[in-house]
Amino acid sequence: MADTAEILSGLAEIVEEVAGIDTAEVTADKSFVDDLDIDSLSMVEIAVQAEDKFGVKIPDDQLAELKTVGDAVSYIEKNQ
Amino acid sequence: MSLRLPAAVPGAKIIGLGSAQPDHVVTNHDLAQRVETSDQWIRDRVGIVERRIAKDDTSLVDLAAEAGSRALKDSGLEPTDVDTVIVATCTMTAPIPNAAAQTADRIGITAPAAFDLNAACAGFCYGLGTAADLIRAGSARNVLVIGAEKLSDWIDWDDRSTCIIFADAAGAAVVTAARTPEEVGVGPVAWGSAGDQAATIRILEESTNKLWQHGQAVFRWATTRIAPVALDAVAKAGLTPADIDVLVPHQANLRIVEAVAKRLRKDGAREDMRVADDIVHSGNTSSASIPMALDHMRAAGTVRSGEIALLVGFGAGLSYAGQVVVVP
Repeated sequence: MADTAEILSGLAEIVEEVAGIDTAEVTADKSFVDDLDIDSLSMVEIAVQAEDKFGVKIPDDQLAELKTVGDAVSYIEKNQ
Repeated sequence: MSLRLPAAVPGAKIIGLGSAQPDHVVTNHDLAQRVETSDQWIRDRVGIVERRIAKDDTSLVDLAAEAGSRALKDSGLEPTDVDTVIVATCTMTAPIPNAAAQTADRIGITAPAAFDLNAACAGFCYGLGTAADLIRAGSARNVLVIGAEKLSDWIDWDDRSTCIIFADAAGAAVVTAARTPEEVGVGPVAWGSAGDQAATIRILEESTNKLWQHGQAVFRWATTRIAPVALDAVAKAGLTPADIDVLVPHQANLRIVEAVAKRLRKDGAREDMRVADDIVHSGNTSSASIPMALDHMRAAGTVRSGEIALLVGFGAGLSYAGQVVVVP
């Protein structure tokens, strides 16, 4: 089981690989769409990789609720 | 008493390719006049710059016959040599009569076995697999397989999530018997379906009667489930991913194409494997996209005769199919 910091850094690596955004930019308060400019298809790619990495299920309807990086981290933490 | 069957042949090969598109080009800027979108948005999301849309006076059968005639000419066969015509399509506006018999008649093919096949964007690979097995079993000698779509008849031009994607075209291949095992040019088909997800791409019969898709769900399915189908097709043909010279996935969305290629490279496909990107100037043409992309790449010199191509189609149904072929 990964802790909050490990999930954040793991997620940041995924975001970097999918969207080319520096891991330092990926902080809990950032909105995926408004701050990081990540589109809906990249969100799917991030979700798929996060599922593999953290052993969680992130269905499409749930994915739409994850507005910020912090939302995603807490969802993964609760569901891993 | 036993019934007599024809002698089996070693397998099948493709000996001709052809394609057809309407003349009318619709750019992203044209679409931005009609719906809230932009050239950059469309390029970023689906990778399309322009597509071809048929006018009212061009039918699906017109496109199918043009592509079929070109494939026949490329093969060197005469229309009378063809005994079976398969048209893969999901966009006929009326279910009766089928497209295949009319298309055959238009080309001058006399009294062939002729049928339509609906496996949506996987249709060409389904048709090619069927053709190869009909030949191998001795049921057919020369089969014309055509993927033909007039998707514009089913596009909701006010739906900016779909009208930017789909387009019209036909692509065709002539398939014939391989006389020796060394001559075999169509590998075994790897195919299947996921009917539990049928609702993700469908005609909205309850409202617009136009095509709709759940973009994110389809994207997730295509980017995770299709590379394994392609790898299965490679294994079934007795090859490894490193043997593949060119990857021709259904031209659904450039980002799906790139995701499939990336996954195959992780599994051993070469960095110099060429990847079809015909969608950029043709849009998503469903069953037509694979044979048309291969035809365009060969015409451009990107792919040469004798090279190994991996085809994989996927789409509504959901359905999928792939096989390895030797480029004619």
